[in-house]
Amino acid sequence: MMIILRRFFGLSLLAALVGLSGCATTGGTPGDPLEGYNRAMFGFNDGLDRAIIKPLASGYKTVMPEFARTGVTNFFANLGDLWIGVNNILQGKVGAGASDFGRFAMNTTVGILGLFDVASNAGLEKHNEDFGQTLGRWGVGSGAYVVLPILGPSDVRDGLSRLVVDWHGDPLWYVGNIPTRNELIGVRAVSDRAGLLDVSRMAEEAALDHYAYVRDAYLQRRRSLIHDGDGPSEANPPKTSDTGESKDTAARAGNELPPAQITTQWGERIVTSADEELTPAKEFSEAQAQPVAARQDTSGVTGSVYEPRIPFNYEALLAVSGELRTELARTSPRP
Amino acid sequence: MKLFFALCFFLFAVAVSAQDLAPDAQVKKITNEVIEIIKRDKDIQAGNQKKINELVDAKVLPHFNFSRMTALAVGRNWPKASADQQKILTGEFRTLLVRTYSSALSTYKNQVIEFKPLRAAAADTDVMVRTQVKQAGTEPISIDYGMEKTPGGWKVYDVVVGGVSLVTNYRETFNAEIRDGGVDGLIKSLESKNRSLETPAGSKPK
Repeated sequence: MMIILRRFFGLSLLAALVGLSGCATTGGTPGDPLEGYNRAMFGFNDGLDRAIIKPLASGYKTVMPEFARTGVTNFFANLGDLWIGVNNILQGKVGAGASDFGRFAMNTTVGILGLFDVASNAGLEKHNEDFGQTLGRWGVGSGAYVVLPILGPSDVRDGLSRLVVDWHGDPLWYVGNIPTRNELIGVRAVSDRAGLLDVSRMAEEAALDHYAYVRDAYLQRRRSLIHDGDGPSEANPPKTSDTGESKDTAARAGNELPPAQITTQWGERIVTSADEELTPAKEFSEAQAQPVAARQDTSGVTGSVYEPRIPFNYEALLAVSGELRTELARTSPRP
Repeated sequence: MKLFFALCFFLFAVAVSAQDLAPDAQVKKITNEVIEIIKRDKDIQAGNQKKINELVDAKVLPHFNFSRMTALAVGRNWPKASADQQKILTGEFRTLLVRTYSSALSTYKNQVIEFKPLRAAAADTDVMVRTQVKQAGTEPISIDYGMEKTPGGWKVYDVVVGGVSLVTNYRETFNAEIRDGGVDGLIKSLESKNRSLETPAGSKPK
């Protein structure tokens, strides 16, 4: 059953990637070429969620006392730490990876098979990693935003990582007894959904357009995760050099200038960088290239310089494109 | 005479608390105050919307700059809106954001909030104040506040949860609304969204 399901995911994804790129014009949003398909799949997932998954999760939350739910969450989270550790090491974060394996060792023994997260209390924080983030760290662009059947929001890079690679690192898939394995996976899905009930309700309340809200939140969230939410500008990632500037200008204008000038100030700043700046997918795929130029740009101007944490290939990139970099520095406009 | 001194001291204290607190100290102070109130108040923990709104109105909202938030969310289309439209947009967006924020507050359950050291120069007028919500079993979730210095003290213009800006997350949607129906179209959408959220909450017994 699961195998069939997985094939189904794989096929749908392929269909999404290959077939539907043909009808890419259906959507009006520049950063979302598959919008037509995505909205349909989002609607399907939402219907499925309302009909089956959410009621199950709500029931689970009502029936199970909180400490039991925490135990279940911890149990699965503990198994997940192994793959998280592998990915941290793949990203060159050996210390974080070692901490993840330490967590697993400690929680499996002292924490009784992972039911208690004693490692967090001992100062070993849980991390959030997967193969999609590892690829992102290595410099692979996200590709178009894709809503996967059942699994929900994703993009080409993360979706392929999830379907092709991540499940190999998931201990549950190695449980020998197939019915038991499937039950475990089912329980984990319900437990995960139960943990998201509040968040999903809030997102629904907050959104004007539920689909777009979830999409943009997913894209922002993944971008932040790839950089582990670090660095002064992760909040508004690579576009910082542009938007950060314009925000400054607007703020100063707001305090000091008459209204008529605010709009011009703001407008000029925004419009110059508008189109590249406002498409999330493109923005993201250019993340590697931008800091090199942006750095030269901002260093003299603002107090906090955007120092992105870029993977290994950064040094190589610098070496190879040394000339290009100086070229960029010379040609990039001074603000 | 005593009264005069007391008054002077009081005025001084008010001025200091509003103006001279560093942005990170301000976030810490307000967060701790709000958490203390939530911890003490069983009604708020049970989700009493009226009480939550009162708390947010009194403690949180004075420190938010909603016109800047709205400008940030609308982005490049902001100058296309007339002054009146900007005012209406700000009001409606404020209602929507406050509701989300209040809703998030009511889910608070004894998580530990950690305040990270501020990375900014003394002369900076635009900073990101970083906090983390810690909870055993899951990775810590960051809540960061984009803050700017105004004549009235430091004001929050962006709230970023787990890397997701609650403000700029609206930008694509707002762009699409303005593309399809102009600024008035966006205003209409926001109004009907806010009304649709009011109805179920209003009909519920408080």
